[in-house]
Amino acid sequence: MTVPRSDSARELAAKRAQRAPTSMFLRMLVRAAILRRGRAASALFAMVVAAAVATAMLNLYVDVQAKLQREFRNYGANIVLVGKDGTSLPAGTLERVDSALAGRGVAAPFGMIVASTGDGQPIVVAGTDFDRVRQLDRWWSVSSWPTEVPSSRAEDAREMGHPVLVGVRALAAVAPRNQTFDLSFHGRPLRVAPAGTVQTGAAEDSRIYISLADFVAWTGVQPSTIEVAASGSPEEVSAVMNRLAQAVPAAEVRPVRQIMEGEARVLGKTRSTLLAAAVLIILTSALCVLSTLMGWVFDRRRDFAIMKALGASGRLLNGFFAAEAAALGAAGALLGFLVGIGLAAWIGRANFHAPVAPRFSVLPVVLAGSIIVTLLAAIVPISLLRRVQPAVILRGE
Amino acid sequence: MFARLVYESFRRQKRRKLLAGAAITLGVTVATAMIAVATDIGDKINRELRTIGANLIVTPQEDTLDVEIGGVNLKPPSDGAFLNEADLPKIKGTFWHNNITGFAPMLPVTVALDHDGARQGVTLLGTYFAKQLAFGKDEFTTGVRTTDPWWRVSGAWPGDNSRDVLLGERLAARLGKKTGDEVTLAGRSLRVSGILSTGGPEDDEIVAPLALAQEILGKPGAVRRVYVSALTKPEDALARRDPKTLSGPIYDRWYCSPYPQSIAYQLAEAIPHSHAEQIRQVAQNEGAVLTRIEGLIFLITLAALFASALAVSAAMATAIFERRAEVGLMKALGAGKVAIAAIFFAEATLLALLGGVVGFGAGTVLAHQIGHSIFNSQISIPPVLLPVILAIAVVVTFAGSAAAIRRAVELDPVFALRGEL
Repeated sequence: MTVPRSDSARELAAKRAQRAPTSMFLRMLVRAAILRRGRAASALFAMVVAAAVATAMLNLYVDVQAKLQREFRNYGANIVLVGKDGTSLPAGTLERVDSALAGRGVAAPFGMIVASTGDGQPIVVAGTDFDRVRQLDRWWSVSSWPTEVPSSRAEDAREMGHPVLVGVRALAAVAPRNQTFDLSFHGRPLRVAPAGTVQTGAAEDSRIYISLADFVAWTGVQPSTIEVAASGSPEEVSAVMNRLAQAVPAAEVRPVRQIMEGEARVLGKTRSTLLAAAVLIILTSALCVLSTLMGWVFDRRRDFAIMKALGASGRLLNGFFAAEAAALGAAGALLGFLVGIGLAAWIGRANFHAPVAPRFSVLPVVLAGSIIVTLLAAIVPISLLRRVQPAVILRGE
Repeated sequence: MFARLVYESFRRQKRRKLLAGAAITLGVTVATAMIAVATDIGDKINRELRTIGANLIVTPQEDTLDVEIGGVNLKPPSDGAFLNEADLPKIKGTFWHNNITGFAPMLPVTVALDHDGARQGVTLLGTYFAKQLAFGKDEFTTGVRTTDPWWRVSGAWPGDNSRDVLLGERLAARLGKKTGDEVTLAGRSLRVSGILSTGGPEDDEIVAPLALAQEILGKPGAVRRVYVSALTKPEDALARRDPKTLSGPIYDRWYCSPYPQSIAYQLAEAIPHSHAEQIRQVAQNEGAVLTRIEGLIFLITLAALFASALAVSAAMATAIFERRAEVGLMKALGAGKVAIAAIFFAEATLLALLGGVVGFGAGTVLAHQIGHSIFNSQISIPPVLLPVILAIAVVVTFAGSAAAIRRAVELDPVFALRGEL
């Protein structure tokens, strides 16, 4: 009766011989993780936290520039187009500016003249597009924006006064009771009604703002300035400036250095601070992984000793522990990447009120970094253990 | 016996103690540096934001309307009211004088410029460049070089008491003048000490020392407006309230907070017959940018503290886990759980204190380095932070060791001694 048994044993041995050696390898990996759940979990946890923090920091570092640039666009125009030698800009310039911007910014036209009030006091009247100014100059404190008069009621407007936005200082001088008043420009009168006031603390406070259509119809003067807030990095802004100069050859395109230089400085410093913080945090979390993993590998010195006693070669042992470390690093990096993206998105939402978009370009960096740190964490204890006789370890000394 | 155990443990296990100590030191270093950076970043970024220009403006109270298009003043120059130059140093006498980084008075004058036989009207702007002033014993330097750092001069800045002028670059190109040439205006021949480029209306103007502009206008001591650059706190609900409607303690709090509004209020108090307000383009937006950056660094500091706490706990847990055999031996010899835990906690406290002190020192150096290389200025660490950092280090080390110590203490000594778990 022993023949069939030995047959089956032989079959089994044959089957095992045919089976790829990786299956044993995988089994050892998986069993090691399952049997020492607590230690494996804590190592994985450390890895996940480190990868998450690294991902979040790198993501933020890449994204913070775009986020802060958006904040800086609230400072208003960073490019100004003016007619060469103080002339008006040709008709259709605004459309050309809009197409050159291609949606990556806001442009608002301004035309300005000096009119006189009923008692002969000179005052600056500016024609502009209120909807665009609202987007461009967000710091304007406006009590209520004038609404466009529909053409069907143009006749009424002439009688009741065109709605205008009056600077707070101008209001005190021309319409202290918020009443309708008359302006005249080269003998052409215009009746205007204050719809609201504007306060900025700058030259705007002494001006009257009127819609561009009314302005052109009244004065016959075309806008002479277009203010542009172009979004993006300094390179993108200078590319926009080149496009604008080509699109509108009649205009002089000037950067608003005051805003652009301040923006560049603040952004640069913030990014440097962030980079320093990122380096510190990533170093600290790498250290955390290193100490946890070294503990884990050291803890498994009995496994190591048994394998060695059973005749495993040094290369096999190295390979085994390295593979184990790499697997842990990769798993931790992937999980941590997901957590980190969530963390970055949360920081973006909490601080900038806009989520930080996940950057998948960060993933290979985090993955490679994690695997390197885990391998490093495995190599140190293994090289220590290799010098020790398995018998010494197995005896628990 | 207790003291000896702890002492011998440090003496004989130098490598392990060094590893755990290194982890604590590094964690504390990172925590100290990040806390220092986070507490100082608001001030640093605030100073950087000042490069965008003045955020407050002081004008005469009874002024007539400005008639100005694209920087060209169309108002008759002697029209309207003026501030008195002699009152300006009082700006440094206000409650928030330390927050005022600089101010620059402005006096635009329209002058006739003779060029190629033709006369043309040009704006001459009188101002301070880097004027030495004194308020009481307090000496300081102020002018456009502080308030408008984006102004570039090729050539030399004129002295504030000289009769030299700067020519805006577009005006210079139009006139064909360069540094060292003479311009004739209002019957005076003045030397051009440099060509000015600002990217603003000044490019079409002549910028001169204030005294020269006053002399041309014929009004000594006259100033049209003063731009003030001040470090402010982002505006909140309290800032927007009208000081006249506030009652005692709330008014005091409003007055003693560096809001743009309250600094403007104090400026108007300091300079007779003046009106001061914030330049909304600068003041409003810098508050927003500052809040964002501070918020970001705060959140990142939390992440750094979390990461270093985790690193310290991990190192402690590993260190204790490696000493199971020792615990087993102590238990086999009859030590109680409390006695064993006490030894470990004592060791942890000692390590935390040692690592904390060294880490605090290293963190201070690191923060100095960061401040120096990024902001070109000191990041100061209040010494009061040391006990706080030490306390945090002890707590984190305790917390990190607690789980490991509990497991070690509850271990059956037989298994521990045989090295089986």
